[in-house]
Amino acid sequence: MRRYGYFPGCSLMVTNRAYSISATRVARELGVELAEVSDWNCCGATAYLALSEAKAFVMSARNLALAEAEGHDTLVAACSGCYVVLRKTGKYLDEKPAVRSRVTKALAAGDMTYNRTVKVRHLLDVLVNDCGEEGVRARVKKPLEGLKVAAYYGCQVGRPFGEADDPEFPVTMDRLMGWLGATTVDFPVRAACCGGLTMTTEPDLGMEMTGRILRVARERGADCIATACPLCQINLEAYQDKIGRKLGTDLRMPVVYFTQLMGRAFGLSSQEVMAQDSLTDVSAVLA
Amino acid sequence: MKSGKPRRLDAEATRSLRKEFLEHVKELPDGEKVMECIQCGTCSATCPSASRMDYSPRAIVAALRAGDLEHVLESDSVWLCASCYGCTVRCPAGIPFTDMMYELKRLAMARGLLPRARQASVMAGTFAETVNRLGRNNEVALIRKYYLRTNPFAAMGQMGFALRMMKRGRLELSSHRIKGIEGLVKMLSTVEQEGAK
Ligand code: SF4
Ligand code: SF4
Ligand code: SF4
Ligand code: SF4
Repeated sequence: MRRYGYFPGCSLMVTNRAYSISATRVARELGVELAEVSDWNCCGATAYLALSEAKAFVMSARNLALAEAEGHDTLVAACSGCYVVLRKTGKYLDEKPAVRSRVTKALAAGDMTYNRTVKVRHLLDVLVNDCGEEGVRARVKKPLEGLKVAAYYGCQVGRPFGEADDPEFPVTMDRLMGWLGATTVDFPVRAACCGGLTMTTEPDLGMEMTGRILRVARERGADCIATACPLCQINLEAYQDKIGRKLGTDLRMPVVYFTQLMGRAFGLSSQEVMAQDSLTDVSAVLA
Repeated sequence: MKSGKPRRLDAEATRSLRKEFLEHVKELPDGEKVMECIQCGTCSATCPSASRMDYSPRAIVAALRAGDLEHVLESDSVWLCASCYGCTVRCPAGIPFTDMMYELKRLAMARGLLPRARQASVMAGTFAETVNRLGRNNEVALIRKYYLRTNPFAAMGQMGFALRMMKRGRLELSSHRIKGIEGLVKMLSTVEQEGAK
């Protein structure tokens, strides 16, 4: 059993638990334990970063320190927002002495230390690159034959430093889908931004951005969109009808987590991969 | 959180604004590269929000170098940034523009220069309040407070969504407070005492 520190992030606790539950489950099938770091706090994310960068770094650093104290050298994030913020914190701590001393002092106020030994990685990266083609293929019991997937990475998986995948043209999930027996459609908006929080703060803009991704997926004949981030997932699944009405076209499309597709290919039941939580009609995809 | 009409800055305030921004930008990895911008416009061409911004990313860099940040901050441009890192990835001069946008958001909030898109700043403030109390975010609490502060009627439009989520048990109705919340609050106030941004 390979063991990694796991950072689920707030939105995976209830709202998007389908992602976390399916991820933990398929990881186990692959001989990987995602050990949730105990008492983790919110990573500080996009919105906190906008208020106070120093505080966002401290929040992320506390999580890195917790992972380190539990003996992990890798912290796996499932949410792309968390991934980028945790990673960025690690980079700043390495490269900027001023940030390092400020964060060290703050952590000390809560009796914690961090020695910069933890690497932050995205769940998609870990499951695909560490388990590898053979490891994944060996687990496939019910290949997803005939399923056409639009692999949607969202904007942060390969960004901004391009370590996990190409920042402009990520391919990790496409490869994975092939191992599962599915095919992926040509999907030029694979790394386009869905608009993120602008769906709430600037709905016209958010709907335009998310609408484009749904439209292209339909045009390319995809049976579903697969995502690797709870925020991408929510934007794509929750507003289809609303955006469709606004744009005067049908944009309905099943949206699932890549881990749910893995689970189905591994022979898990649709309940086990939490299909019942979906807001879109996933019966044809996860049945 | 201050609200209301945008405030104009006087000449002195403008100078200190520019100075503060440059100091903070220098703290970013590769921040000093901002002076090497060649105005190629790649960032603006990449930016999914640019068409709605009064000042596109390229124009914001130009304005900064000309010492004229206040117009940028009085417009809603920075609040339309979705933080996709597209500009950062493509900039041929290696300028971390997404991080600069964050810095501009912070400056605008700190000065109470609330632009038309003040929703984004309300959202950020509401988020921070929840997190300071619990150590984690609770999406239901966040969205409820956010709409109460901005547009209670818009919340009605979200009712359908809330109901669909509720049916599937996806609404987080109770809040989880982390055990180490006291320590976390101490850490955050240490940062605050130092006056770091
Ligand atoms: S970014 Fe979102 S999901 Fe991640 S920890 Fe923060 S609030 Fe939770
Ligand atoms: S695509 Fe949207 S939700 Fe996904 S990472 Fe980008 S901004 Fe966030
Ligand atoms: S892409 Fe970089 S160099 Fe080109 S205009 Fe934008 S900031 Fe300047
Ligand atoms: S990070 Fe912001 S400014 Fe840069 S391209 Fe994305 S939305 Fe535009």
